[in-house]
Amino acid sequence: MVAVARWLFQEEHEILRKSIRSFVQKEIVPHVEEWEEKGEFPAELFLRLGELGFLGLKYTEEYGGSGEDYVADAVFVEEMARCGSGGVHAGIGAHAHLATPPVYKFGSEEQKQRFLVPAIRGEKIGALGITEPNAGSDVSALATTAVKNGSHYVVNGSKIFITNGVRADFIVLAVKTSPRAGHKGISFLLVEKGTPGFTVGRSLAKLGWHPSDTGELFFENCFVPEENLLGEENQGFYYIMQNFQWERLVLALGAVSAAELALEEALRYARQRVQFGKPIGKFQVIRHKLADMATVIETARCLTYHALSKFVRGEDAVTEVSMAKIVACEVHNQVADEALQIHGGYGYMMEFPVQRYWRDARIGTIGGGTTEVMKEIIARRIIKD
Amino acid sequence: MAHYFFSEEHEAVRRTLRRFVEKELAPHAEEWEKAEYFPDWVFRRMGELGFLGLRYPEEYGGQGGDLFMSIVFFEELARSGIGGLPLAMLVQTEMVPPPILQFGTEEQKQKYLAPTLKGEKIACLGITEPNAGSDVASIQTRAVREGDRWIINGRKIFITNGVRADFILLVAKTEPSKGHQGFSLFFVDKRTPGFTVSRKLKKVGMACSDTAELLFEDCRVPAENLLGEENKGFYQIMWELQGERLFGAVGAVAGAQHAFERALAYARQRIQFGRPICEFQVIAHKLVDMATEIEAARQLIYATTWKVAQGEYPVKEISMCKLVAAQVSCRVADAALQIHGGYGYMMEYPVQRTWRDVRLNRIGGGTDEIMKEIIARSLGI
Repeated sequence: MVAVARWLFQEEHEILRKSIRSFVQKEIVPHVEEWEEKGEFPAELFLRLGELGFLGLKYTEEYGGSGEDYVADAVFVEEMARCGSGGVHAGIGAHAHLATPPVYKFGSEEQKQRFLVPAIRGEKIGALGITEPNAGSDVSALATTAVKNGSHYVVNGSKIFITNGVRADFIVLAVKTSPRAGHKGISFLLVEKGTPGFTVGRSLAKLGWHPSDTGELFFENCFVPEENLLGEENQGFYYIMQNFQWERLVLALGAVSAAELALEEALRYARQRVQFGKPIGKFQVIRHKLADMATVIETARCLTYHALSKFVRGEDAVTEVSMAKIVACEVHNQVADEALQIHGGYGYMMEFPVQRYWRDARIGTIGGGTTEVMKEIIARRIIKD
Repeated sequence: MAHYFFSEEHEAVRRTLRRFVEKELAPHAEEWEKAEYFPDWVFRRMGELGFLGLRYPEEYGGQGGDLFMSIVFFEELARSGIGGLPLAMLVQTEMVPPPILQFGTEEQKQKYLAPTLKGEKIACLGITEPNAGSDVASIQTRAVREGDRWIINGRKIFITNGVRADFILLVAKTEPSKGHQGFSLFFVDKRTPGFTVSRKLKKVGMACSDTAELLFEDCRVPAENLLGEENKGFYQIMWELQGERLFGAVGAVAGAQHAFERALAYARQRIQFGRPICEFQVIAHKLVDMATEIEAARQLIYATTWKVAQGEYPVKEISMCKLVAAQVSCRVADAALQIHGGYGYMMEYPVQRTWRDVRLNRIGGGTDEIMKEIIARSLGI
């Protein structure tokens, strides 16, 4: 029998956790330095994760999934984040948690067979295309248009900061179908790589998340067949908002898990680094720093699990999810920063992983909705004005 | 006048420096960062223009100015946006020259101080060792007297300018049984047999300053390379650290100011929800917090510099300057990155570089925690 550590999990989740953890340790961790250096990880990792069934934990069996278990998927997120490379975690995450859920939830049977089934197997890589150069926090300012022309949509515009954008086989693309209708004029199209008029720019160089590709996408009179419309026309904003809840939970779960990894690294260093005749972990200031780190991680974890459980039960979890995203990502930054500080001069050196944890963490309060946007959402819901 | 402490002379130097930084340094920022290096001519050129010796006596190639000239120097250098460059210049102007001027013989001043201030020789200071970081007293590098020479053995790490320096001012143990009273300082010239640069270290920020690991194996230096009195090295270093910390603090605040200006410019031109984001109250207040923290830290530094200029030795205030400036620089750079949103995470925007660069401020030259130890002691705790 496997002990269940937290109220949210069943024994089967802990068994799954063990198997993902050993997979991550054996097949990802040994390559992290190399993939970080190269700025990419091999596409075979998607295939391997598909083969093991990890990409379909929250989808039904008819599409190759293993049951609609979001808690199991949360375990997958937590354990992937422990690989120690935010970029590898992000690349897999963009596929599994951003691109495939809208296809599953809103796609037609034919779309699911074409896109979801191979994505769950890891044979096709997906990306979600929302952000544009002038539409970041302000999603309703999207300027990429799709105009109906016979049996096609003609797409024009550009996207930026798209994780997996460079190598994705398909993009779940947010477009304006009714340009004057603000957020009520957004739709989703499934756009395949190689569609004429769709080109991919360079992978953008980032402060952290090095192995994940971050693409700039361009659409110039790109003809997309009408059957590639996802769900209903002009319902895109609603789809985005729905998907955001899971995306933000994933970010919060990953942040807590990665913060825990940074704490472990700091603990290891504090135990072995000797200054003034004793391990620095014996100094009160360092001990209290470590205690603070453990405490804020625990707090963030409990809040995140609470939000997750509401989400899993199908309740309105927007407030709690937004809170969890803020707390977990801020905690991740704070803990990674302290972990670096505890490492002293070595913390500033590239040969120690803690500097990467610190750089990788920094996207947390920006991506998937900034802390400021989260606060706007919470404010609107509590002030009710 | 910008401030009570600055005269027209300071402002004239500031204008010259600003033009120089804009014309000759800033255009190379991206190139040097990518190369993780800036060329040696920068030292020579700045020496030629008199910038490296602004506050030093004319007889050693200096300009005869006061301490506030050094403040002007570091405030203007930060405008290059290249954190590694002021760091290298901090070593060249405020870490190595003061102990030579204070403790050196006339011959040492001619041989090391004058060419350093003229940018003809690149200098570095060797204190930190793999097992002696915050705990300076646990330094293991040993110097043993043998006839008219000292034989040095040991390792140094995190030495700024160490890869290309023409000489190192080195701390070594001369009397192992005497604790704090058993250290001395030595000049070791590049190419002295037994002295090698074992590694160039890669850092998360300050990319274009070189950071070395140095190795001394039966390295023989002449007896006259001892700086000042034998066994006074620990006190000499503690004294040296005051200037390093004070002007390091100036650089930290100047770096914060640079990040603040970039964030302000971005917030003015970035439009979301139909208006520039600086018009949102949260962003406006964030910018206000940044400006306020910078101003407070700056005034603490100016007031402390005035005390130093009066001949005081205000260790407590200098440690406070270093602590506050380092923390403010990190908070401001972090807020500046946040204001840039997704663009802040992209390498093509310089704000991520400043964020990485300033992180060293809370570690180098004495960590935040060491500053607090010093301040606690000065409070009688």
